[in-house]
Amino acid sequence: MIDHQTGYQIDHMIYADNAATTQMSEKAKKVMIDLMDQTWGNPSSLYSTGQKAKEVLEEARSRVAQVIGATPREIVFTSGGSEADNQALLTAAELGKKSGKKHIVSTAFEHHAILNTVKKLERDGFEVTLLDVHEDGIVRPEEVVAALRGDTCLVTVMYANNEIGTIQPIREIGRICRERKVLFHTDAVQAVGHIPVDVSADNVDMLSASAHKFHGPKGVGFLYVKQGVRPASLIEGGAQERGRRAGTENVAGIAAMATALEEAVANMADNAARMTKLRDRIIDGLSKIPHSALNGAAEHRLPGNVNFCFEGIEGESLLLLLDDKGIEASSGSACTSGSLDPSHVLLAIGRVHDVAHGSLRLSIGETITEEEADYIVRAVKDVVAQLRSFSPVWRDLTEGKRPFIL
Amino acid sequence: MALYSEKVMDHFRNPRNVGVIEDADGIGEVGNAKCGDIMKMYLKIRDGIIEDVKFETFGCASAVASSSMATELIKGQPVSEAMKLTNKAVAEALDGLPDYKMHCSVLAEEAIRNALNDYYSKQGTDHCTDHCTVTAEGSSAACCAAAAEPEA
Ligand SMILES: Cc1ncc(COP(=O)(O)O)c(C=O)c1O
Repeated sequence: MIDHQTGYQIDHMIYADNAATTQMSEKAKKVMIDLMDQTWGNPSSLYSTGQKAKEVLEEARSRVAQVIGATPREIVFTSGGSEADNQALLTAAELGKKSGKKHIVSTAFEHHAILNTVKKLERDGFEVTLLDVHEDGIVRPEEVVAALRGDTCLVTVMYANNEIGTIQPIREIGRICRERKVLFHTDAVQAVGHIPVDVSADNVDMLSASAHKFHGPKGVGFLYVKQGVRPASLIEGGAQERGRRAGTENVAGIAAMATALEEAVANMADNAARMTKLRDRIIDGLSKIPHSALNGAAEHRLPGNVNFCFEGIEGESLLLLLDDKGIEASSGSACTSGSLDPSHVLLAIGRVHDVAHGSLRLSIGETITEEEADYIVRAVKDVVAQLRSFSPVWRDLTEGKRPFIL
Repeated sequence: MALYSEKVMDHFRNPRNVGVIEDADGIGEVGNAKCGDIMKMYLKIRDGIIEDVKFETFGCASAVASSSMATELIKGQPVSEAMKLTNKAVAEALDGLPDYKMHCSVLAEEAIRNALNDYYSKQGTDHCTDHCTVTAEGSSAACCAAAAEPEA
């Protein structure tokens, strides 16, 4: 992509929306295709074609379990992160109902897979406390302690936020819950495969993950449920997944997920170190844009996440002009969320509507280069300046008719 | 299919009539930053003709394109014609907008009408009765309300 005005250029698209989804790894793709070719049997069938598929399925379960420090029996394969989140919450709710405990603690900036499910439980008589995530986008463990009640049946706090990338003190929250014998679930969809996650060290009872966030296929994920907790079933039918999730298993997808996960974890330390450096290079560069602000703490942040608000402009316009310059990213503006309100995550960290509309999320991938990082900074600077040049809001701000917020 | 038509993208990438008119005869502003869309229109009017029009917009691509197209549609037109500009005409000239973006064309229509109202009030005429006497409609208030009604 050549920028004619400034002459800087890059000859390929830069995909910077890896928090939305990732490209499948070559290895995972090959596993999937080979299995579709050769191991297409139904794992529930008794003959060899079926049993071969069953072997692949169980091997994948062991591999996934191994990576997160679980045992194979603690893994339930699902259709992805949303289903795993739903199942985790339903599991806790059913246990809660049995013991008369109907209070759930969560946070204001969870993914909608969690937020909409707790809303549904509210209609079913549960009470929900949503913890403040503060300006830095990080939950305070002491506020978890304060929110717990005698009738709390579940604490669910995401491992890392999908929009602003902030990493939560999961181990500490897990310890608190364990001491008080309250079930603890974490939506680790953005964390697994990107930062170290270990269910036993992290003291979690349930954990959700999704393959397409770590270069596996879409429509596949898993729920970890600690031994001793009986997972409730969302989908009734056959006896697959030991009766916890009916439906003929997506064997090829599940095996490809295991491969992608192992690959991601094997390269995690190297990738994270490189990405963190380039992430910070982009953050430094974008911080020089006047009246801009990083969303979420600079520390305790996913290696690939950059999220900014730019005052006086709107996010959808920003994305489309960046696309013209070869950069694919996302925004929390209302126009891109398809609702009248900007992202609930940005509102939760205290950004007012006016500036939340002007947000940009860049979630860089493992292959990012320094040249690309620099190109991104220049392109964003140009696009922000271009949009501000005909923004009546920016004019009012610069002419002192309204006060700058950032 | 792409989110927007080529026309929308063209007017978004190369908005026509961007800027301000310092000694404008009419200025109209609609929307608010909270909702994520603000349009401001400036008119220069001589002998009942819109000689020049400029705009500034804070908003999504369809908001920018709608304001750009609206300025194109009224430039050089008599004020009475500009008064009749509808959001539908703006959207059609852009080869359509996605349903959930139609409100952007409504904003463009309203911004132009506000600017014209501002012009009329500076002139000391009640535009609404002016405008409506040519139609068979009822009161001027009803006419104004009807004129502001979005057409999808
Ligand atoms: C934090 C978080 N939870 C849940 C999900 C949903 O995952 P899936 O798309 O696999 O259903 C996502 C991804 O969109 C996510 O980022």
